[in-house]
Amino acid sequence: MDQIVEYFLAALLVIGGVFAIVGSFGLLKLPTTMQRLHAPTKATTIGVGSALISSMLYFWFFEGTLSWHELMITLFLFLTAPITANFIAKAQLHLAVKPEDLPPSGVGTAWATFDPEVESVSPTLIRDRAPD
Amino acid sequence: MLRRLFPHPLLSILLFATWMLLVNGFKIGSLVMALILAIVIPKLTAPYWPNRPPLRNIPAFAGYVLLVMWDIVKANIEVARIVLFMRNENIRSGWVAVPIDLKTPEAITILAGTITMTPGTVTSDMSSCGRVLLIHALHAPDPDSIVHDIKTRYEARLKRIFE
Repeated sequence: MDQIVEYFLAALLVIGGVFAIVGSFGLLKLPTTMQRLHAPTKATTIGVGSALISSMLYFWFFEGTLSWHELMITLFLFLTAPITANFIAKAQLHLAVKPEDLPPSGVGTAWATFDPEVESVSPTLIRDRAPD
Repeated sequence: MLRRLFPHPLLSILLFATWMLLVNGFKIGSLVMALILAIVIPKLTAPYWPNRPPLRNIPAFAGYVLLVMWDIVKANIEVARIVLFMRNENIRSGWVAVPIDLKTPEAITILAGTITMTPGTVTSDMSSCGRVLLIHALHAPDPDSIVHDIKTRYEARLKRIFE
């Protein structure tokens, strides 16, 4: 029984490691910033996730204590990953994407990043705006 | 009375559970601390939660969380496949505009987060009126199917949960 559980946990760790390395490889391989953004936000969630699951199961089976910290890590990861991705995407929109490159929003208003009506937060990232 | 003590029941439950999980073991002292946090923090932050939408359907929300987790696993495999086996010049990345019907900021935030965590899509921006999301898709040979997926799979469920 112990043996089977150990094999299972080892398999989880290996799967997690494979996905983490694919995520890092994507960072090297993909050519544009926006594409590179996809690799770490996706391919690593399963990497971290399976490591956490195997850690939880390990302590449950072999130490007899159920550890909850892993669930917290998962929760914080899920809360922070989309926000980080959004920040990077917005910075990239400001720095390297022109409004003409984007599809029209279809409702008549501009995308928020390029809307002059919306006051930008200081310090602004928009390069071609003269300082006040 | 209960309403005044817990102006935001869900936040209270979340804070209570978070503290107990962080302590990682049951002690009376930490139970008291968790209760104090669950009462004080929602009270202090109440002004920042005007017109918050009630979570109408908690089982549906739990189902949504499970669905998203399953989709994240699928997204991981899908993105790994694209990264490993597709030549760079064949990857057709692009911007997609997704019109949304959701009105409450909380629901839109959850939808945007879900899109970022699932198959090859990252939420990048929003129209300034808040009715369209701009997403970047890693591999989108057919942008319309992505819009259709997001609207039927996630938005419809969130609508039932929040509105």
